[in-house]
Amino acid sequence: MDIGKSIGLEYGLPIRNAFGEALQEIGGENPNLVVLDGDVGNSTRTNYFRDEYPERFFNVGIAESNLIGTASGLAAAGKDVLAASFACFLLCNAYDQIRMSIAFPQENVKLVGSHSGISIGEDGPSQMGIEDVALASSLPNFAVVAPADEPSMRAATRAIFEHQGPVYLRSGRPEVPIIYDGGEVDFELGKANQVRDGDDVTIIAYGLMVAAALEAAAELQRDGIEARVLDMHTIKPLDHQAIARAAQETGAIVTAEEHLLNGGLGSEVARSVAGHHPVPMAFVGIENTYAESGEPQELLARYGLMPSDIKEAVNRALTRK
Amino acid sequence: MVDRDVEVSSPTEMEERRCPYNYSIDELQETAYRLSRDIITMTTRAGSGHPSSSLSAIDIMTGLYFGGVMCYKPDEPDWPDRDRFILSKGHGCPALYAVLAEAGYFDASLLETLREIESPLEGHPNKRVLPGVEASTGSLGQGLSIGFGHALAGKLDGRSYQVYVMIGDGESNEGQIWEAAMSAAKYRVDNLTAILDYNKFQQSGPVRDVMPTLEPLVDKWAAFGWDVRQIDGHDMEVVMRTLHDIRTIEGQPQLIIAHTLKGRGLSVFEENDVNRKHGVTLTEEEAQGALEELHEMKVVNAYAEAHFEPEITPEDRYGEI
Repeated sequence: MDIGKSIGLEYGLPIRNAFGEALQEIGGENPNLVVLDGDVGNSTRTNYFRDEYPERFFNVGIAESNLIGTASGLAAAGKDVLAASFACFLLCNAYDQIRMSIAFPQENVKLVGSHSGISIGEDGPSQMGIEDVALASSLPNFAVVAPADEPSMRAATRAIFEHQGPVYLRSGRPEVPIIYDGGEVDFELGKANQVRDGDDVTIIAYGLMVAAALEAAAELQRDGIEARVLDMHTIKPLDHQAIARAAQETGAIVTAEEHLLNGGLGSEVARSVAGHHPVPMAFVGIENTYAESGEPQELLARYGLMPSDIKEAVNRALTRK
Repeated sequence: MVDRDVEVSSPTEMEERRCPYNYSIDELQETAYRLSRDIITMTTRAGSGHPSSSLSAIDIMTGLYFGGVMCYKPDEPDWPDRDRFILSKGHGCPALYAVLAEAGYFDASLLETLREIESPLEGHPNKRVLPGVEASTGSLGQGLSIGFGHALAGKLDGRSYQVYVMIGDGESNEGQIWEAAMSAAKYRVDNLTAILDYNKFQQSGPVRDVMPTLEPLVDKWAAFGWDVRQIDGHDMEVVMRTLHDIRTIEGQPQLIIAHTLKGRGLSVFEENDVNRKHGVTLTEEEAQGALEELHEMKVVNAYAEAHFEPEITPEDRYGEI
């Protein structure tokens, strides 16, 4: 991938690695933490925790339903619990268990789904989590968090344990550009980070699309358009204040996400904008389709998730301003 | 990870375990009779619910809560060392509500509010609103995993509580039951006891028609690594002896296959060959007749097994139960 390279962004670790390292650290600080794995610990990086704390790590096998139920019981008995698998298998395979055993009884379980989006590449659509944010956001009592880079994933992994209640944390496979240079992140659940200022339009993104938005903003600047960029790392609860400010101060909003457009960040932001301060909007995301196997960069281009796609969306929104 | 026992941490400071009731067999039978009356009365009053699915389970649940098996504190429902009971077949909750009221978790007058708006006695158990309910159930298949989580937590925290999970025969169509069975045996949680309320009928017909391949259950569970025994689930002496006996089992979760009668042998249910009036409440007239019949029999005398004649009986296969 070369997203962000043209504007000088360096590539850091895959966010799943940052998650794994942070989880291992937290495991050392919190002896009450138990981690559950659906036999993909080397993919999600929960095996970093397992290597240090095997007595608090349980691989329940390739059985996501039971993974969730077990997490529910452990949490009900007072343990701090994190359960991880691929985003698609966790949310899609065990959705009713997440609804019934975690969301409804409000169990304090942290779920982590790796391999989100289409940038996982060659393994293809059966492994791609492209509906996970919509599914998780639909659940009452859940918080949904999708960090953009290595430093913010480290901060997010800590933040989800400070939050009381169920959380879905979206993780990913490829190396991604570092947004928060120097590793210093002011990360507060539910509070968007403004990573670029501008007053003509606001691009609201999460995950890899934050880097794509920054690259698009740099290109727009050459056309005389100043774009604000918000890293909306928490999709739920949504930062309505930042959205309302963006609508008032910039007058147009574009959302960008590596996720289906159905039920993702775009629809939630639109609901917020419509309710508070209606302005023209445009949406970047996956259009009502499954992707295919291929190189990450090829897939992002084919399915409309490149900086150029964001730039076009901005121009569409601005024509209606 | 290789199979291994869960490492038991050094015991945390534990309060003295207190079993609030230690009834004789006669007292248990008398109690089960009264709670059966409650089930019929409250479901007829509510006009919806699952009386026959509740009646099949009531003798075993009475034995658990009042026979000196389970230790708990009704005035401190979250006592960390309490024994747990999870009704995975959540539709049988009138039985659970009757038991919890009798145990002193809440006033018995609440039973009159079953299924009414704002009542904590919802159509299926909701742990957030009713003390004594360990798991919110009603979506079948999930309670055993939750119980497994509680059992793991008990081992990790060095607590000596036992976790009882009541599952249904129809519910055993769910794959998650078998996922949980595998995991519990892998981790050798001997503090987990499943009780199968084998009342032989599910919603659309007899279990042997809907899912004839559910049998042989003894072979299946034994193959999954569980200690398995079959009992008459209405013979209070046998129930109590079994519940006490299994506490000596080490290194294995246990399953009690309790042969029961859906409707506890009452003719108004027995006359229905399809599903023993699954999910159907009695009219006031039927309820009156059922209460009189219940008073005459009080104790279910017939072996539940006699009401079920599979092509190969469990006796043929396994000898006397």
